[in-house]
Amino acid sequence: MVDKAFSLLDPFSAIDLDIDGRAGVVKQWAIENRAALQPIKTFFDGLITGIEHLMQAIPPSVMLVMIVLVSWQAAGRRVGIVVAVALIALGLLSPEAWGLAMTTLAIVNSAVALCIIIGLPMGVLAGKSDRFEGAIRPILDTMQTIPAFVYLVPVVMLLGIGNVSGVIVTIIFALPPLVRLTSLGIRGVNPGVVEAARAFGASPTQILLKVELPLATPTILAGLNQTIMLSLSMVVIASMISVRGLGNEVLRAMGRLDAGKAIVGGLGIVILAIVLDRVTQGLGRSGRDRNHRHWWQDGPVGLILSLFQKSA
Amino acid sequence: MTKSAREDVIRCEGIWKIFGKRSHQAMEAIRAHGLSKRQIREEFDCVVGVQDASFSVKRGEIFCIMGLSGSGKSTLIRHINRLIEPTSGSVIIEGQNVNAMNARDLRALRAERIGMVFQSMALMPHRTVRDNVVFSLEVRGVPEAERAKVAAHAIEAVDLTGWEKKYPDELSGGMQQRVGLARAIAADPTILLMDEPFSALDPLIRRQLQTTFMSLSAELHKTTVFITHDLDEAIRIGDRIAIMKDGVLVQIGTPEEIVTRPADDYVADFVAGISKLDLVSAARIMQPLDQYIAQRGDAGFADWPACHPEDKLNTLVDMAVGTDYPILVKAEGAVIGVVSKRALLRGIQGREEASPKAETL
Repeated sequence: MVDKAFSLLDPFSAIDLDIDGRAGVVKQWAIENRAALQPIKTFFDGLITGIEHLMQAIPPSVMLVMIVLVSWQAAGRRVGIVVAVALIALGLLSPEAWGLAMTTLAIVNSAVALCIIIGLPMGVLAGKSDRFEGAIRPILDTMQTIPAFVYLVPVVMLLGIGNVSGVIVTIIFALPPLVRLTSLGIRGVNPGVVEAARAFGASPTQILLKVELPLATPTILAGLNQTIMLSLSMVVIASMISVRGLGNEVLRAMGRLDAGKAIVGGLGIVILAIVLDRVTQGLGRSGRDRNHRHWWQDGPVGLILSLFQKSA
Repeated sequence: MTKSAREDVIRCEGIWKIFGKRSHQAMEAIRAHGLSKRQIREEFDCVVGVQDASFSVKRGEIFCIMGLSGSGKSTLIRHINRLIEPTSGSVIIEGQNVNAMNARDLRALRAERIGMVFQSMALMPHRTVRDNVVFSLEVRGVPEAERAKVAAHAIEAVDLTGWEKKYPDELSGGMQQRVGLARAIAADPTILLMDEPFSALDPLIRRQLQTTFMSLSAELHKTTVFITHDLDEAIRIGDRIAIMKDGVLVQIGTPEEIVTRPADDYVADFVAGISKLDLVSAARIMQPLDQYIAQRGDAGFADWPACHPEDKLNTLVDMAVGTDYPILVKAEGAVIGVVSKRALLRGIQGREEASPKAETL
């Protein structure tokens, strides 16, 4: 308190800079400017809800087969089998589990898609410029370590509760590894190879697209994998601002001390994590791992194509 | 060779490269006061990489730049395709100033007129041999059909047919560098820049690749700048050699000139261990005929074997083995000089016959 006498031995208790009071202004500012952000909010809300409705509209068995086929195509047959088993287990958890999982998947997918759109260019820039990297590093550190509850309140004040706020909160937490690892990947590209590309007349854009990004892909995919995992770990916190899905189940179960419900929600999140992790890790396979085949010569597409070729 | 075909393809004029944040101030200081390298380092915290290098390379010529590591040779060669900007000076390729080019023209120049081979190979690990070879065509937007043709041709030229679909790390070091060579010649450039291309290879493979390169070079007739730290290689491959030391071109000349008339002790040290047998010609070690007669009288040369002035010592040794007489040097039928056994042996040693009069045979 300010009225306390100043003492050299305990100087801090006598000084009050009123930081929390000033920071409260942010909240006021957020409330006053809500209207300006409404159109943007409505747009993204519509988009996320649209994705969610689409995923809910597809019958579970059709959806399951589709996800398995995509996984098989993207990451190979073994991953396809793992994904099939995991998804069946998910459906068997409880009658509502599948629908909840689809809602969560829609939110996570939206968050991850936005992370890629924001994080990849930032990571490339950070990989190219030491100054930019230096500038964003403390911001990334803050995003990763600041407790989610701190920014939960201002975001809700600004945008209200719901999916859009949930996605933003998720992005704040899940974005940093993608930026960091993209930068790391770009920096790790052999400078000799980049020099050779320059010596053979490649433009900076061509160097980025034909040399740097392909060579950084494994590192970038590791970053994407981390981003997805962190997004999933945010679903319970996001459910506090009225994001539905598996996270909400866990939250409600906690409120009612319902261990059974918590396990259903928790296991559902874990299974989704396994599915997304295996598929993104499988994406990193190079052409060589596929025995020099193109992606369309492999997996279910390759199977169908080869059937057509035989009959033709 | 016609006169126009021997014009300068590459001309480097007074190239300076100073590394460091205050390189331009350092350059000004050198121009104004002629500071030494040490002063530059102490006053400006800059390092002089290349110091006032000027040379020119004629069409079809193989120009070797020889120097130890850190001598600035790799820095110098990167000025030719402007991978490095000079602090001062200019590079002129076929009449065009490379340093005045805009980014687009420079890329066109690099892709279409200059091929480069690197010591570290610098192949792209995510591309097949074929896709590596046609990289320069791909960035220029050459259609696929044309690329396939060029790739097949270039890969055949380096004897790698059948390996097109492999990835670089599935190939041995020697094969990788052959891919590097194929990539450099794929766009059919005028100029080849070879930055220690064979230094990382073991001696046997190096020799094989030198042979491949020389036959390719004779066939394709490219203007080549070849960097090496190996004088044997420089002498084997180069039409002319430039010796570089601490960023300075110490001496430029044909292999024979370098070996027989080293410009300073540094070059002399270098060439001391080089075999003169295939480098030094009879004309260089012979005693002119009139001098010989003045010294020993006309002894009638009837039985003496004769050689051409440009015959190398190796040929002279073969002749000397079969006779007891000295060897005559004949140009267009007339005797112009005499090579005694003593002069021949001294020539092989690389020592000048200091004062033939003082010693008696």
